[in-house]
Amino acid sequence: MKRIEAIIRKTRFEDVKEALLQSDINWFEYHDVHGIGQSRQERIYRGVQYSTDVIERIALTIICRDMFVEPAVEVILREAHTGEVGDGRIFVSDVIDTWSIRTGEHGDTVLRDKK
Amino acid sequence: MNELAISLDTVWMLLAAMLVFWMQPGFALCEAGFTRSKNTVNILMKNFVDFMLGSLLFFLVGFGFMFGSDGAGFIGAPNWGDLSFYKGDLPVEGFLIFETVFCATAATIVSGAMAERTKFSMYLVYSAFISLIVYPVEGHWTWGGGWLADLGFHDFAGSAIVHSVGGVLALIGAIALGPRRGKYGKDGKSRAIPGHNLAIAALGVFILWLGWFGFNPGSQLAASGEVNRIAISHVFLTTNLAAAAGGTATMFLTWLKYGKPSLSLTLNGILAGLVGITAGCDAVSPWGAVVIGLLCGIVLVFAIEFIDHKLHIDDPVGASSVHGVCGILGTILTGLLATDGGLFYGGGWHFFGVQCLGILVIDLWAAVCGFILFFGIKKAHGLRVESRVEDEGLDIYEHGESCYN
Repeated sequence: MKRIEAIIRKTRFEDVKEALLQSDINWFEYHDVHGIGQSRQERIYRGVQYSTDVIERIALTIICRDMFVEPAVEVILREAHTGEVGDGRIFVSDVIDTWSIRTGEHGDTVLRDKK
Repeated sequence: MNELAISLDTVWMLLAAMLVFWMQPGFALCEAGFTRSKNTVNILMKNFVDFMLGSLLFFLVGFGFMFGSDGAGFIGAPNWGDLSFYKGDLPVEGFLIFETVFCATAATIVSGAMAERTKFSMYLVYSAFISLIVYPVEGHWTWGGGWLADLGFHDFAGSAIVHSVGGVLALIGAIALGPRRGKYGKDGKSRAIPGHNLAIAALGVFILWLGWFGFNPGSQLAASGEVNRIAISHVFLTTNLAAAAGGTATMFLTWLKYGKPSLSLTLNGILAGLVGITAGCDAVSPWGAVVIGLLCGIVLVFAIEFIDHKLHIDDPVGASSVHGVCGILGTILTGLLATDGGLFYGGGWHFFGVQCLGILVIDLWAAVCGFILFFGIKKAHGLRVESRVEDEGLDIYEHGESCYN
């Protein structure tokens, strides 16, 4: 059982989402994240020019059985890619255990991926 | 005077009063949008206070100070809620309402400049003071038939009397307070503190633009007869042209200066044109109105930069530049561009000189009053909230409510 975390461009989110749902992933969570990085964006407010280092991205978290990791990563690599600096990162880590709150059963079978 | 004609005039005056009242939500939204969400309740409350206290005090004594009988042309006798002294064709109660909304407009200009760091209780003191003394006295000199009116000073709807006075008080208030925490870096560089909702600010400016169609054409105080119907239509046109020219000038200037057309400044530019045309909206030609609007829209950008970057006075909404600088500019430009008596139309120096003198003494009065008031409060009681209150927001600490839940 693994956790896949991906930081992607907001503009790529819709395509990534569609592709993930069409692959074998049937649940994932996402949230808006603000990151601080090297790139700067120029802004102007009331005559004051300033640059912001706040970068807005979307973070996806997918928890799935080992066999689904590779297809999910492939989907994200394909759909979140633009080729420009700032396309994001994917991290994969182990998940030790999981429970279903409704049935009380545990282990990776509670992840009801398709198949 | 014909019964029907005076009824028509009354209806027009009251309709205009409604439009000027409608400028209050315009100011409230404009100021709320240009400041941060943690201080929204506070700035809305201040806008209500200006109108509530202004209405009561102007009814009670201000109306008498402004229009009451006098000896020296300096101040009228307080009326103590009695309106019977006023002699005019229009019903006195309607006229009081019309003058009240103007007084409240002068008062409400200041709240934006002092936003996000003023003790609410001390703002009440200021708000009472302007409606009680500052505005009625200089209003008496001009619209009340005092000494400036005798000299021939012309301020049709209040570039000087309403706007520049509000703007000067705003500037002095902002100086007395000092900048918001974090506004200027250790290197002295100005930092942007973006307002929380430009959509709200933009709606506020559209509302103000609409309100100005009462503010200026309404100041004719009559609609019946050929002279009046032509006059109010003329004022309507000059008012709109100046607003459009002001906003257009600011838009292109910011495009040129910063590489992109700036909404936050264009909103101010529209108001700058409106403030500028208010003094001479009846006296200049439509072309003159365009010139006034363009100049105000251009000067505005430099005024905001100068006050912010050079003087390090923190005015979050630009009230001192919009109402102060452009109010003064509009009053002086009336002396140049008035088709009857203006310097550029062969009227000679006299009228221009009177305009300069008028704006000087009116704003000197406002500055002296503002200085005594704000620095007096600062010394006696403290004008500014504690730094923790400022950091976490005035809404929670001063009012116990937050705008967005």
